[in-house]
Amino acid sequence: MKAVAGRLRRLVPALVLVAVGLLGWQWYVTASGVRPQVLPSPLRVLTEGWAFRAQIWANTLPTLQVTAVGFAVSLAVGWAIAVAVDFSPWLRRALTPLLVASQTLPIIAIAPLLIIWFGFGLLPKVVVIALVTFFPIAVGLIEGFARTDRQATNLLRSMGASRWEQFRYVRLPGAMPSFFTALRIGITYAVTGAIFAEYVGASAGLGIFMNLQKNSFRTDLVLAAVLVTALISITLYGLTFLVQRLVAPWSRRA
Amino acid sequence: MLDPERAEHKLVIEGLRKAFGPLPVLDGVDFDVAPGEFVALVGPSGCGKSTLFDVVAGLEPPDAGRVLVDGADATGRVDPFAYMPQRDLLFPWRTVLDNTTLGLEVAGMPRKAARARAGELFEPFGLAGFERARPAELSGGMRQRAALLRTVVQDRAVLLLDEPFGALDALTRIDMQLWLEGVRAGFGWTVLLITHDIREAVFLADRVLVLGPRPTSVRHEVVVDLPRPRGVAMITQPRFAELEARVLEQVSRGRADAPEPARDSEH
Ligand SMILES: Nc1ncnc2c1ncn2[C@@H]1O[C@H](COP(=O)(O)OP(=O)(O)OP(=O)(O)O)[C@@H](O)[C@H]1O
Ligand SMILES: [Mg+2]
Repeated sequence: MKAVAGRLRRLVPALVLVAVGLLGWQWYVTASGVRPQVLPSPLRVLTEGWAFRAQIWANTLPTLQVTAVGFAVSLAVGWAIAVAVDFSPWLRRALTPLLVASQTLPIIAIAPLLIIWFGFGLLPKVVVIALVTFFPIAVGLIEGFARTDRQATNLLRSMGASRWEQFRYVRLPGAMPSFFTALRIGITYAVTGAIFAEYVGASAGLGIFMNLQKNSFRTDLVLAAVLVTALISITLYGLTFLVQRLVAPWSRRA
Repeated sequence: MLDPERAEHKLVIEGLRKAFGPLPVLDGVDFDVAPGEFVALVGPSGCGKSTLFDVVAGLEPPDAGRVLVDGADATGRVDPFAYMPQRDLLFPWRTVLDNTTLGLEVAGMPRKAARARAGELFEPFGLAGFERARPAELSGGMRQRAALLRTVVQDRAVLLLDEPFGALDALTRIDMQLWLEGVRAGFGWTVLLITHDIREAVFLADRVLVLGPRPTSVRHEVVVDLPRPRGVAMITQPRFAELEARVLEQVSRGRADAPEPARDSEH
């Protein structure tokens, strides 16, 4: 209980900043009389968002689903690449340039092509999410494995450990701190990636919802959907700490 | 120093040479160790002591030379040696007990049996009650004892201890030296110990080997003919001071890079 209270207290500065920003925004909108199609007040965003809650919720579920599937694929790919690279110097040399090259792909240009290739189903969106999130995960893991202390490796070797045993007893657990750091970076990109993929082409989801509302000048509803997106990201980000606590409690920073 | 009855030696190091690229580190290291003997190695910083252990322990291949254990060639083999690296390397993801069973687990012993075997040593190693603790909860001295426990429980022929107490404060270090002198007698370990601390070398060892600067070789040997068991009182005796002075003299001579290496084993 005390720990929770302590953590909440650490959020106070951030909350104060947000409150000041919102007040300033609300004041500016009222004072300047700017039209809501251009800039709605935060209060309007909240009330209209609430009024359309059923529709927003109906579009949130597909986005969550796409995010979950895409991120799961990304995790699987990231782990597979990182483990393969850790075991094979040849693969390390072969894959490292490809990994970097994959990050130079202009997703904006690729995403419409993915839709042409894979249709409007789950697949193109999953590919977009995986493309934007597997890289930090793979790199975080590869570096985590490689950071293993040389003396620790020697200790294991002196015990007669095989390469696999070295991985299992030292390299894998030792990589957990950098894995969770990478996971946090990846998961925040995942939701944005999902929205973007839906923006390009989807039948439902927050991305398509935003696109439609923008086209009918409902800026307030666009921002309400943005708020929901942010809440999802923050929640997922927080969940990573929970998972870390369960999986590798020793790796949390003090 | 060459002995005709090689098989009677637990360990024979024969002409070990090692270079890292253009950097020669070991320049023909020769010595032997009798069963149950405690041999300390002292030498200038960076001279290649840890490298010598890596080669002996089979972690680095030598460019030349051999390692014999019980008369048989053991060059490049890891199984006759239990190695304690310079840092304790207790893993935070394992409890203290599970850190100490690591070597047994790697060797294929079932977890339960490994825990039982290591658990027996917690009492003599002053770690009783800390089996389920995390390494971070241990004091510096306890961490080193846990690392040493992990080393000896593997039951290998020769223990290689690389500056086991180097990171400890002076008082804890003396405690550990007294403790090691006490437990060692009961176990009959054959030990090679690297240390920077000349007093520690003389206090613990049967023999002190002085290594020269890099590329290193054994420059000198001092036989420590002090009775055992040794206690704190030993340190103030004239013979102890004499031996300590002799080792110190040889270490400083090595550091000055004497052109004529001293090979006068006067004993
Ligand atoms: N794997 C390696 N590759 C290249 N050079 C190495 C390697 N290991 C050690 N060396 C070099 O060999 C020399 C001897 O190192 P070593 O660690 O054996 O010395 P040491 O006597 O144990 O030193 P210290 O007293 O600081 O523990 C150093 O110059 C070091 O840089
Ligand atoms: Mg060293």
